[in-house]
Amino acid sequence: MLKLSRYVLYDILRSKVIIAYALFLGVITFSLFSLEDNESKAILSLLNIVLIIIPLMSMIFTTIHYYNSYEFIELLLAQPMGRGRILLSEYGGVAISLVTAFWTGAGIPVLLYAFNPTGMALLFTGTCLTLIFTSLAFVTAVRARDKARGIGMALLLWFYFALIYDGLILMILFTFSDYPMEKATLALAALNPIDLGRIFIMLKMDISALMGYTGALYKQFFGSAQGILFTTAIMLAWIIAPLLIALRMFRKKDL
Amino acid sequence: MIRIEKIHKRFRRLQALDDISCFFGKGQVVALIGPNGSGKTTLIKCILGMVKPDSGQIFVNQLPVEKDPAYRASIGYMPQIGRYPDNMRIGHLFRMMKNIRQVPDNELDTDLLVKFNLVSLFEKPLRTLSGGTRQKVSAALAFYFNPDILILDEPTAGLDPLSSEILKEKIMEEKKKEKLILITSHILSDLDDLTTDVIYMQDGKLVFYKDINTLQQETGEEKLGKAIAHVMKTEKREALWIDEVLADKK
Repeated sequence: MLKLSRYVLYDILRSKVIIAYALFLGVITFSLFSLEDNESKAILSLLNIVLIIIPLMSMIFTTIHYYNSYEFIELLLAQPMGRGRILLSEYGGVAISLVTAFWTGAGIPVLLYAFNPTGMALLFTGTCLTLIFTSLAFVTAVRARDKARGIGMALLLWFYFALIYDGLILMILFTFSDYPMEKATLALAALNPIDLGRIFIMLKMDISALMGYTGALYKQFFGSAQGILFTTAIMLAWIIAPLLIALRMFRKKDL
Repeated sequence: MIRIEKIHKRFRRLQALDDISCFFGKGQVVALIGPNGSGKTTLIKCILGMVKPDSGQIFVNQLPVEKDPAYRASIGYMPQIGRYPDNMRIGHLFRMMKNIRQVPDNELDTDLLVKFNLVSLFEKPLRTLSGGTRQKVSAALAFYFNPDILILDEPTAGLDPLSSEILKEKIMEEKKKEKLILITSHILSDLDDLTTDVIYMQDGKLVFYKDINTLQQETGEEKLGKAIAHVMKTEKREALWIDEVLADKK
C-alpha cells in the first residue's frame, strides 16, 4: 500500500502547491510569533487561522487531487489490486503530504516559540482537522462524478462546519438560554470537529478564566485525562467514519 | 478461462447488458462486434471488475471476479481510450507498473516497446503524447506482463497502418501461444485472419456467438465483414450499421 502512496506523493510534490501551502503557513506563523510579544496571544491568532484555513485547504486540495488522479485510478483498476487498497493509498498520499506541510509550516515555529500544552494542543488539533477534512473531501469526491459538483459540495461542507454550524449553535443557546446548557453544548460541539478543536485549545489558555462558570466546568472536563481521551476519540471517529463511507461508495461504484 | 453467467447491467434508462452468458476458453480469439453502444465495452469492464453488474456472475479461471482482485494479474487490458497520469513519463509508467505487478524482468514482454520504438520516448511526459502514441503505450502495456488473457478494446483505432500491422502480427504470435484474446473492433477487415469466434451484440443482448467456420459455412462468405453483413441482412438486425462499416472500407 505504501508503494502506491509513494507514487501519489511524488505526483503531489511535483505540483508544488503543497510546498506553497507549507511556506504560507510558515510565513504566517513566524510573523505572528515575532509580531506579538506574548506567545499566548500569538497562539490565539494562529488558532483562528488554523481553524479556518486548514479545513478549507484540506478539502479543496483533496477534491481537486482526486479528480486529477482519476486517470491514475482507472489505470490501477485494471491491475491485480483491490479497490480498497487503491483508495486508501490515495488517502495515505494526500494525508501524509498535507500533514507534513502543516508540521513544517506551523509545527516547527510552534515548537520553537511555544513549546507548552497550548502549543501542543494546537498542533494536535491541526493534524486532526487535516485528516478529518481530507476524509470528508474523499466522500464528496467519490460521490460526485462531476468535478464542479464535487468541489461545490466540498465548499458547502466547509461553509457548514466553519460558519453555519456556529450560527446554529448560537441560535440554540439563545433560544434555550433559560435552561442549563453546559452538557448539551458539549455534545453539540462534538458534532463539529472545528468547534471541538477550538474549545480544546481555548481551555488550555489563560483566557478560559474569563468564561465564567461554563468555562470552569469545561476546563475541569477538558483538563482531565478523561476530556483528552474524549476529544481524541471524537476526532478519530471523525477521521474514520467518513473514510469508511468513502470506501464503501468507492467499492460499489462503476468506474 | 472466462465464464459469464446471466449478467445484467442497467445504467439509468439504458439496459447496457441484458442476460449475457458465455464461455471463453484457451486459444480462442473472440471478436466482439456490434454497433456503438451495444454493450461491448461494458461487458469488458464487467470482466475487469470496473463495472459492477446488477446481477449475474463472472468467473475468471474458475474464481468469481468480485472476490479477489488477484485474477487481474492474468489479464492484459488495452482500453479504448488510454488515459494516463499527466505528470508521468512513459518510462516512469512502465517502471511503476512493473513495481505494482511484481513480475521478474525475464518474464516481461518488451516486444512492442521495441517495435513501436517507445524506448526512445521514455522521457516524454504522457500528457504530450498524440492519440496514436498513446494507443501504442496502451498496447505495449497490455502485452508487457505476458498475461494469459488479453482484452483489447478497439486496438487498431488511431494507429497508423504500419503500427497496426505490427500489432496484428503480435496478436497472431500470442494466439499461437494458446492465449485467450478478446478483441472489439469496428474495422472488421482487421479481424479477418485473427478471429476464431465471433460474438455479435446489440442493445445489450448477445445476438449470436459462433465460431468462424460455422459462420463462413452458413453465409457462404469468406470475409468476416461480408459474413456479418449477410447475417445482419437476413435477420434484418440493424442492417444500416453494417452498410456503414462496409462503406467505410471502400
